Amino acid sequence: MEAGFIHPSLLLILGALFIPFLQGPLRRPYLLLVPLLALAAVILNAAQHGNFATFAFLDWQLVFGRVDKLSTVFALIMALMVVIGTIYGLHVDRAVEHMAAWFYAAGSLGAIYAGDYLTLFLFWEMMAFASVFLIWFRRGPQSIPVGYRYLLIHTIGGVILLAGIMLRYQAVGNITFDLMDVANPQPYTWLIMIGLGLNAALVPLHSWLPEAYSEASFNGAVFLCAFTTKTAVYTLARACAGMDILVVAGVVMALYGVIYAVMENDIRKLLAWSIVSQVGYMVAGIGIGTDMAINGAVAHAVVHILYKSLLFMGTGAVLYMTGKTKFTELGGLHAKMPITFLFTAIGCLSISAAPGFAAYVSKSMIIGAGFEAHQYWAAWLLMFGATGTFMYNGLKLPYYLFFGPNNCSQDTWQKAADPTANMVFAMTLGATLCVLVGIAPNALYGLLPHAVDYTPYTAYHLVETLQLLGFAALAFCLLKRFIEPVDRICVDIDWLYRMAGRGFLWLVRRPLQWCDTAWGEAYRVVGLHSLMTLSRFWSWFDWHAIDGVVDGLARSVRALGGRVRLLQSGQIQMTLFTAFSLAAIVLVTYIFFQLS
Amino acid sequence: MTHLIAFLQANEKSVRAVCWALLAVFAGATFFVDNHHAHTWVERHVPFFWSFFGFGAAAVIIGAARWLGRSGIQTGPEVYGCAPSATCEDE
Repeated sequence: MEAGFIHPSLLLILGALFIPFLQGPLRRPYLLLVPLLALAAVILNAAQHGNFATFAFLDWQLVFGRVDKLSTVFALIMALMVVIGTIYGLHVDRAVEHMAAWFYAAGSLGAIYAGDYLTLFLFWEMMAFASVFLIWFRRGPQSIPVGYRYLLIHTIGGVILLAGIMLRYQAVGNITFDLMDVANPQPYTWLIMIGLGLNAALVPLHSWLPEAYSEASFNGAVFLCAFTTKTAVYTLARACAGMDILVVAGVVMALYGVIYAVMENDIRKLLAWSIVSQVGYMVAGIGIGTDMAINGAVAHAVVHILYKSLLFMGTGAVLYMTGKTKFTELGGLHAKMPITFLFTAIGCLSISAAPGFAAYVSKSMIIGAGFEAHQYWAAWLLMFGATGTFMYNGLKLPYYLFFGPNNCSQDTWQKAADPTANMVFAMTLGATLCVLVGIAPNALYGLLPHAVDYTPYTAYHLVETLQLLGFAALAFCLLKRFIEPVDRICVDIDWLYRMAGRGFLWLVRRPLQWCDTAWGEAYRVVGLHSLMTLSRFWSWFDWHAIDGVVDGLARSVRALGGRVRLLQSGQIQMTLFTAFSLAAIVLVTYIFFQLS
Repeated sequence: MTHLIAFLQANEKSVRAVCWALLAVFAGATFFVDNHHAHTWVERHVPFFWSFFGFGAAAVIIGAARWLGRSGIQTGPEVYGCAPSATCEDE
């Protein structure tokens, strides 16, 4: 590794391996130190530009440290997220949970710094295999099957990506991870886009996300909401910028997520649907592909990580304290969890693009880029979706969770309280950043990959936003009775492939098993019977004719076997003892003869 | 925080009046801002455009969600053949 570049993934991986050995009072300072070191490494790397940590492998040049503006801005926010997420779960005793989270973050940072497809794939898979533990560690009744489905889908995505990488290597002769010729897409272009897009939750490849993120542990979801989809956004921005189909895909994601979030009864699943919707804005921005659109997509990814993690921390606090996640089992919690309410409200205002909060400075960049690129239909539909975002996240979530009808049982109400100090501190950090980015966006704009010529705080934009939010709120107040949460689940596209999976299992268990059994029976009756008859004849012939007349070897072996059989006690220990003793005798004899 | 919310809840009528006044201010601001940088014709020429858009979009989304939910999207957990999730050991 060249001087000047420190790979933060290396720090996190090595740091994770030592966590189990640090117990007691040393554990928490260590948990703080390693993410801070990783963040410091990313900040130091930001001063560099070029390819670092390059290794020759077979015919390829592997690049573990490609540093430019695009990778730096994503690496910075991811490293910051490791710090916030670790602080949030600082009181969690189980070392393996921290290890999984750090390996997951290391995978994300490794993918971001990767300069070739092989390195990208390595870290890509590390992300998938580490993150599944954040689902399993909730140890709920659904954790195991949900985790396996998550892993299965990501493995399929990984295989698609690998197929694309191999086809691309065959076609262009290198594994450099850079912008593809999206104007003339080849089969490998589509495969790579789909492989990357699956992690970005492109509809209809999105169903893993709401299911998995709502089932993750309270602190695992804070990591999950930040890394997988935004790393995928980074890779799409790197490889597929300007690919027209992504505009359509992004708009579909933005609207699909809105509708499902409005119907959702589970607070964390609502936020997961919100990720699908918000990542849709980023994907659309990447599809538009202009400098302003890419800047908008990157800026939105950064602020999305801030406000979404804050929202998952707020709802995670509710889950951690009450054990409940459904609107129909919660409500009125502002009185019991005022600090959690305050920070969640800041997250809600941030995602709603309210003036002074995070998304106000980013979402309008993407929509504005759509208008400027004359993609009017996309820009209008994204604006339509933005109203929906305010509806479900700015209004429905805080209203039905912290106000509205109190559906808490006596036990839930008694348990409800603001969470531990470290969780509150992490939320404070996230909320502060959401406000800071919202009121002073220039620091963020300075990190974006292209020069920024955009001013969010114009009188027109302010009035436009206030009218949009104000009158959407009016509509919510008048019509909210039509979307009151009900204790039901929302059927998604995954129903199709889950039913297809069941159909396959039925096919295997019933018709195919029947055919196999019938064939086996027919073979037993027809084939095996005749073979056995023939064999018996030859056995008789061998015993009486050959052995009896010629040499008597078979009789001798049987007689010896009858005597040796008496030595066997039937206990595995005795068998092993005899086998090892014989092996030792043979070995010693062999050595003796070799030496003599 | 809780005191502030309690105060607002105790003065619900006043809060409503302030909200209506704010809506009127937001809508009325249409006439005082320079909109020649707006991207489309409707923004420049339809008064209170974003007010209508915000209300209309919210109403359409509520209607669509309601219709889809009642059309069978919202259903019981048995559709996936799984039992409703129980509480986990940590919670």
